Amino acid sequence: MTDLFSKFDALIGEREALLSTGVRDPFSLVMESVKSPTVAMCNGKETILLGTYNYMGMTFDDDVLEAGKQALDNFGSGTTGSRVLNGTYAGHRECEEALKEFYGMDHAMVFSTGYQANLGIISTMAGKDDYIILDIDSHASIYDGCALGNAQIVAFRHNDVEALEKRLKRLPAEAGKLVVLEGVYSMLGDIAPLKEMVAVSKAAGAMVLVDEAHSMGFIGEHGRGVAEAAGVIDDVDFIIGTFSKSVGTVGGFCVSNHPKFEVLRLVCRPYVFTASLPPSVVATAATSIRKLMHAGNKRAHLWENSKRLHQGLRDLGFSLGTPEAQSGIIAVIMPDMLKGAQMWQALLERGLYVNLARPPATPAGMTLLRCSLCAEHSSEQVTQILGIFEAAGKDVGIL
Amino acid sequence: MTDTAIYDRIAAQIEPFNKKGVALTESTTFASDLEWDSLTVMDFVAAIEDEFDIIITMNMQAEIETVGQLVAAVEKLTA
Repeated sequence: MTDLFSKFDALIGEREALLSTGVRDPFSLVMESVKSPTVAMCNGKETILLGTYNYMGMTFDDDVLEAGKQALDNFGSGTTGSRVLNGTYAGHRECEEALKEFYGMDHAMVFSTGYQANLGIISTMAGKDDYIILDIDSHASIYDGCALGNAQIVAFRHNDVEALEKRLKRLPAEAGKLVVLEGVYSMLGDIAPLKEMVAVSKAAGAMVLVDEAHSMGFIGEHGRGVAEAAGVIDDVDFIIGTFSKSVGTVGGFCVSNHPKFEVLRLVCRPYVFTASLPPSVVATAATSIRKLMHAGNKRAHLWENSKRLHQGLRDLGFSLGTPEAQSGIIAVIMPDMLKGAQMWQALLERGLYVNLARPPATPAGMTLLRCSLCAEHSSEQVTQILGIFEAAGKDVGIL
Repeated sequence: MTDTAIYDRIAAQIEPFNKKGVALTESTTFASDLEWDSLTVMDFVAAIEDEFDIIITMNMQAEIETVGQLVAAVEKLTA
């Protein structure tokens, strides 16, 4: 008899070897209490949070919390149903209205997570004889959307406009094509050349989907994302996003101007065959989205934080994922998994939490310490963060 | 174009990625014999696509394990 778990033996071995060196397990951290968008208690120690994607710091906003409490009182703790049956409450509709206004688009569909939004839209839009053309460094939810559907999948080199254009030209002219891009790639924090990519995609007759999970609320004049900043948002057919980053709760969505968009509510399986978001969640999301429309000052402060951390880490001698700050993510490249785990722990022991990211999630087999900044990080916190990085880097022997 | 011509052109594309100098035959496998990781596979597929001006979808890549299977796939795509 084969133990079905034996396929994981290599990973189990690798983990045991890492933990036997004495480092703490980087993937089982518990936040014992959370004091603000930027501070939590971890292992009994007050810890600055620098790896939460809570870009706009909305998780403790007074209006957002109040909306959630009211919805709990008025609508109960959960919907216990699908969006297409008993699971659409007034709050779900309000949330979709807020998204339509935020993006200036005609249609919005709220999913239970951002992962499901990609899973649903990608698998439903591209059928058997259609082509999905995607960046090789796409997020797991995009690949899983491809795996759930049965379209033909074509990958091109990360952020390479020419490689995309060449592949589009080789595909049959009459075939349906969906180009899938991300505004910000979350591993290195680099942004896509959307202006050029959307142009070559449209020239080839393809529809374009852009995942703006890591740019919503922050990038672009109105916080609509990289497509807005690049001036091509009107040429994008679908924008996918999430509530679990700038919006500060959980959930996912797709917005679009396509006149037939609403039919997706009937045919998109990850929308239909799952329970809808709890009323308190959609209430907090709708309130947060409306506040993000007018968050120009917070956007400016977040850019300041990101640029300052990037410059500071570079000056200390760390090697970073991008030549300059391009988003709210600053990725610090570690020499290997062991050094990465040691550095992660040294930071944590000094009161700083960042994400440790490892293959296969990372490109080119890299181990990364991924920092994501928050508009609520004070300038003093950024100074503290740089001090902790310097001390930890010396402890571990990276600097 | 004959099989052999395609085989030779593919072999030439494999060359720069064949770090261990593995002797090639039609039954050489990319994963086990050449020990390519996913990044190498990506670069190699892009090279083959450009060499023959074709698209090898990820769906097709999943079915191709050996050099011979790749030759057959390229032959079909360029026919």
